[in-house]
Amino acid sequence: MKSSSTSTDTLCFHCGNEISGELHIADEKQFCCAGCKSVYQILNQNNLCNYYNYNEAPGQTRQETEQHFEFLNEPKIFSQLVDYTDDNITLITFYIPAIHCSSCLWLLEHLHKLNKGVMQSRVDFLKKQVAVTFNQHIVSLKELVELLASIGYEPLISLQDVVKEKKDSVNRDLIRKIAVAGFCMGNVMLFSFPEYLGLSSFEHQFQSLFGWLNLAFGSVVTFYCSRDFFVSAWGSLKNKIVNLDTPLAVIVAVLFIRSAFEIITGTGPGFSDTLTGLVFLLLMGRWVKQRTYQHISFNRDYRSYFPVAVTVIKDGQEKPVPIGDLNIGDRILIRNNEIIPADSILMKGEGYFDFSFVTGESQPVNKVLGEIIYAGGRQIGEALEMEIVKPVSQSYLTRLWNNETFKRNDNKIRNFNDTIARYFSAVVLVIAFASLGSWWVLGDTKKAWDAFSAVLIVACPCVLALSTPLTLSTVLGIFDKNGFYLKNTDVVEQLARIDTVVFDKTGTITCPNVVNLTFTGRLSLQEETLIASAARNSSHPLSREIVKWLGASGLVPVSQYREMAGKGIVAGIDGHEVCLGSRSFIAPDSAVNENSSSVHISIDGNYKGYFHVRQQWRSELKGLIDTLKGGFRMHLISGDTSSENKSLEAIFPSYVPVLFKQSPHDKLNYIKKLQLAQYKTMMLGDGLNDAGALRQSDLGVAVTDNINNFTPGCDAILQGDELGKLPRFIKQAKDAVRVIKYGFGIASVYNLIGVYFAVQGQLSPLTAAVLMPLSTITIITFTNIANRYFAKKNKLK
Amino acid sequence: MNILYFLIGCSVLMALIFLGAFFWASKNGQHDDVHTPAVRMLFDDDKPEEEQV
Repeated sequence: MKSSSTSTDTLCFHCGNEISGELHIADEKQFCCAGCKSVYQILNQNNLCNYYNYNEAPGQTRQETEQHFEFLNEPKIFSQLVDYTDDNITLITFYIPAIHCSSCLWLLEHLHKLNKGVMQSRVDFLKKQVAVTFNQHIVSLKELVELLASIGYEPLISLQDVVKEKKDSVNRDLIRKIAVAGFCMGNVMLFSFPEYLGLSSFEHQFQSLFGWLNLAFGSVVTFYCSRDFFVSAWGSLKNKIVNLDTPLAVIVAVLFIRSAFEIITGTGPGFSDTLTGLVFLLLMGRWVKQRTYQHISFNRDYRSYFPVAVTVIKDGQEKPVPIGDLNIGDRILIRNNEIIPADSILMKGEGYFDFSFVTGESQPVNKVLGEIIYAGGRQIGEALEMEIVKPVSQSYLTRLWNNETFKRNDNKIRNFNDTIARYFSAVVLVIAFASLGSWWVLGDTKKAWDAFSAVLIVACPCVLALSTPLTLSTVLGIFDKNGFYLKNTDVVEQLARIDTVVFDKTGTITCPNVVNLTFTGRLSLQEETLIASAARNSSHPLSREIVKWLGASGLVPVSQYREMAGKGIVAGIDGHEVCLGSRSFIAPDSAVNENSSSVHISIDGNYKGYFHVRQQWRSELKGLIDTLKGGFRMHLISGDTSSENKSLEAIFPSYVPVLFKQSPHDKLNYIKKLQLAQYKTMMLGDGLNDAGALRQSDLGVAVTDNINNFTPGCDAILQGDELGKLPRFIKQAKDAVRVIKYGFGIASVYNLIGVYFAVQGQLSPLTAAVLMPLSTITIITFTNIANRYFAKKNKLK
Repeated sequence: MNILYFLIGCSVLMALIFLGAFFWASKNGQHDDVHTPAVRMLFDDDKPEEEQV
């Protein structure tokens, strides 16, 4: 095998990629492709070359595909996409995955220099969004999107953006409550301080004022900030279950009632300090738990993959129609690289479909007139006319989302907190009633009520409510640094329970971008040069691989060149005719196995041989399987054919069940079957075809090489090159659950000390006010140190 | 010591003003994006047209 590096050190000025093909030059700067060069020229013309000053090679290579944005001129789609519009101004928010550095930010906020119609553009860097205000009379939405695409920032417009989800409001409400609780806590602390230090005689006049002020702040915290706890506790009691919020609500209520009683009757200072501090910390715990990744979406379905609109041919007229409005019998026009939105019959043209969304098989399939093509296939080649035979939502692939799996709410396993809350509440109630009873029997009714309420106050599971989210969010942070993104903190506990791992094949355990080429046949040096010269003109990934593989120098200029998408290329070089392409295109009658992916070569009509394309296993795969072998059951389910069976055997132990040609529904049912056998299943997949299995599994992990790419709905997203760390992630999750349990143990010690005072009816507000933050600080310190320690032990960053 | 009543009133009022300011900022979306402004302020101002040759 030849080395695949062409030792050219020239890097593209725009995107920083190594220049392997033809060199493009403008202003003495070198570019890897015409796309990069054209972006530079646009920026140069508009005095926007500062773009290149903030970062080295800030651009990204642009896929030179023909884009059709005509649908943006449709009033119906327009009104669904924009945030606001009136006679002169339109406001729209785009999601642009290419945003990655400060140069992007700078350029996108200078859009007004590129087009006078743009009034203002603001970037939200972490969300990768741009809010553009523009005058729709000067620049139409279509032109605006084309402008963005021309400078390499093509916005992603999908149906899920049309259905804009507003989830910030919940978070904003919580932040407001935290602010109020913090405000009340600070003031109450101030007014409680004299009480802690002991009041001198002349200060007693302030005592009742401080008391009443504290009560006022305390009632705000009880009735406004703690509302959610009461609502949640009430909800769960109605369903006859006890969750963590139940004891919390009881404590808040008891604290408030006792404080109010003491202050109104003038018998004591009350517990407002503890009350406000407790609620503040509890809300902080909730906030930590709610923080999620804003730029990653875990809830995508097929609508994200499908175009917003397709071109419908009606009475000889082409008209873009939103996908939701498609009907059976509509004639649609599918151009190169467009996805078929609904099961349809091929009426005109030659179809080459990439069904990798549906089956995982990336090799294009040839379809003839009259065949039914499943939705999700991507046409590669000429434009087609098709007739829809099934509605979008009832098509083969999209029917997956009608499965009951997608309709039920998460019925994931109970977490540690809710389990322990039941026992905890029971024990606390028993102690509280026991002390009430014993003081009653002894004849001291006042002390009986004191002790009763004190036990409830001091035996607070607030540590659970705080340490668990803190521990889990620390783990989330650790995973984040290692390229593993979880949907929320609950997923950590799921991860700790996993005992079965199910792999998808294509894209999950293979590298989608790296291929292994082997050549069958004979080539002379001159022929190699001819092939390399022809292939470097094509942007097809396989052509690029072939150029790299041949590593030829002294390329010859190409006089004639024609590329037929889905088929191959024909080039006239030096009087020779060089053809590269699929078997049916080059040599329809050769005896090569059709199942394997291959690129065939003929020069001057003579068949020379073929490149065999084999998918490359991820380099970490072997190590991963060897580590998982010890503690986990493994399964492999793949949508494609079994051509790579032999190389699989070298990696997977023979007892691992390997299934091929699994439809998306088969995959879902396979997971279901495993779950019926009581296995806690983790599914690793990458495409839409795994969406059902990912959703059904106890933990669905989408594996991707670029987290900004579309991933199907899942619980976690794992970067492809970090796949090898999976066993360590599981270990870390198990450790985190252990940390939570230890934290609970430590908290119980503090609780016992508090209960010791409480049952004697001697709990002073000061003791309560000291014990609670002290235990909190201990727990926070402990969980933090323990998590970092385990992370280090598990060799995670 | 009666001045304390006045001072307590002042301190609560001040705190309420700050709380109000926070609410106002939150309502205006100042906490929605806490990353971009930090990057944005580092850019140079655009030079006048004639200097850009």
